[in-house]
Amino acid sequence: MKLRSLAPILYILFLMLPIYWLVSMSFKTTNEILAGFSLFPQEFTLENYAAIFTDPSWYWGYINSTIYVTINTIISVSVALPAAYAFSRYRFMGDKHLFFWLLTNRMAPPAVFALPFFQLYSAVGLFDTHIAVALAHCLFNIPLAVWILEGFMSGVPKELDETAYVDGYSFRRFFFRIFMPNIKAGIGVAAFFCFMFSWVELLLAKTLTAVDAKPIAATMTKTASSAGYELGLLAAAGCLTIIPGAIVIYFVRNHIAKGFALGRV
Amino acid sequence: MTLEIQDVTKRVGAEIHIHETSLRFLPGHFNVLLGETNAGKTTLMKLMAGLDQPTSGQVLIDGVEVTKQSTQDRQISFVHQFFVNYPHLSVYENIASPLRLARISSSDIDRRVREAADLMKLTPMLERRPQELSGGQQQRTALARAIVKDSKVVFLDEPLANLDYKLREELRSELPQLFADRGAVVIYATSEPAEALMLGGCTATLHEGRVSQFDETSDVYRNPVNLTTAQVFSDPPLNTAVVTKAGGRCTLNTEVSWELSGPQSQLADGEYMIGVRPHHVLPTAISEGVAIAGSVQVTELSGSESVAHFRVGEGSWVSQSEGIHPYQVGESHTFFMDVSKCFFFAADGRLVA
Repeated sequence: MKLRSLAPILYILFLMLPIYWLVSMSFKTTNEILAGFSLFPQEFTLENYAAIFTDPSWYWGYINSTIYVTINTIISVSVALPAAYAFSRYRFMGDKHLFFWLLTNRMAPPAVFALPFFQLYSAVGLFDTHIAVALAHCLFNIPLAVWILEGFMSGVPKELDETAYVDGYSFRRFFFRIFMPNIKAGIGVAAFFCFMFSWVELLLAKTLTAVDAKPIAATMTKTASSAGYELGLLAAAGCLTIIPGAIVIYFVRNHIAKGFALGRV
Repeated sequence: MTLEIQDVTKRVGAEIHIHETSLRFLPGHFNVLLGETNAGKTTLMKLMAGLDQPTSGQVLIDGVEVTKQSTQDRQISFVHQFFVNYPHLSVYENIASPLRLARISSSDIDRRVREAADLMKLTPMLERRPQELSGGQQQRTALARAIVKDSKVVFLDEPLANLDYKLREELRSELPQLFADRGAVVIYATSEPAEALMLGGCTATLHEGRVSQFDETSDVYRNPVNLTTAQVFSDPPLNTAVVTKAGGRCTLNTEVSWELSGPQSQLADGEYMIGVRPHHVLPTAISEGVAIAGSVQVTELSGSESVAHFRVGEGSWVSQSEGIHPYQVGESHTFFMDVSKCFFFAADGRLVA
């Protein structure tokens, strides 16, 4: 083997190691994990997964997370679409400042907003609901989606809009029938990023929920102490947390680089 | 059907893009908007098409005011310089799109789409996506979409500018016929004087947001009302020089002067600007030719004609002649100016003789 192909292989091994370790742990018993170093599961078991899929306090964590992440993604993208269109097509007073200000929202740590959100939602009775978390995540996801979509939209020439109007398309019809199909990669990428950020965000999701809308990540931290450390169970839960992201990334794999560049490639 | 604009202006911020303009386009033949890049051709077309709102003034179609009417309701077609099609639809659907929106029966749509595709030689490509076509085919798709719709007004914004030479020639000769029998007002923007002459019809010359003249194309070319029109409608650029007329004699500089005849000799004494088209400045002696010597700067030779840029004192001149003339760059050469074809302009740019 050539030396120069060794470096990437080592790097990939290094990247895959924690994931492999997590997967391997999820098929071990807690005793085996605590017993010491073992590269493969000695006693292969699916019990950890079985426990998760039969215990409502576990699987509801996934359902709750999925619900608020989906609501958030839908709200973020549908609000960002018209906003991004305006930024991309019209010049208005302060448009550039507003556009930049949007992104600065992402620069504040979510912890800053945990307290005001908690107090506000408690006061208006939104505490421990899916929509509460979904709305809180919009604070970060809408600006991001606007930035990504604006980049993709600016790649579509304005002449396309004009041609559609000349052909007789109303604005609404043009937007849904002509414009959206042309930026569908951008919509996919924006949705992916919203999904991802909302899925991995823990602090706000944990602060704003108690029982009814408790996310999976919060479930994981709580169950850890009940009957000692159930490490196998936690590993299985961790594996299941990775899967949705992996599925979503598969659909946008060809456009993801453009998304990271906020659509400006 | 007629299209008319009355006192239309367009201001963006403090900048004036279109100065007060009134034009009346009659159907039946081509109307050309001639002007260089940034002269305001596209802006003026967008104002007429309703894609942009004029700051003041009115747009009328068939005598009915449509200034506030939306583009969708105006029954127009617009073909851009860049090939604009709907990338996610097949060529067939691209052409059919204006008809689909007009709620025409699908058998009718099919007939008309195939007819337009046939005219534009797109029949074998109907099922393909626009990106899979060559530039010329993409532009023909856009043109087919303009044809298929029975528009009152058809705007063609430099539709051939981005096509290769062969296709341009071909489409240029086809275009006037295509729209001629449809009774639509056709407005065609171009930056090439030669194209305006080939298309015929009427021409409006546009310069810095102002229409300097609008008339039959050959009239505008032969009898420009002012210096701007003559300059816009000349390629290579019009030769200009300041001359002094005294009595029957006209003096350009110490070496070049000539005897005036006809209406030119009737002008009042004083300074004038003369304009001579490059093909009236020739490298060989001609009758009524006035010799003018200059040092050759740049030459362009094509198969059938020679263009030489030369300097006379401070002024730069262009000569365009048939055949191949071997110029030596940097050397002096004597050119002959056909002074009978000379335009005389007053200080304000008006043509006086």
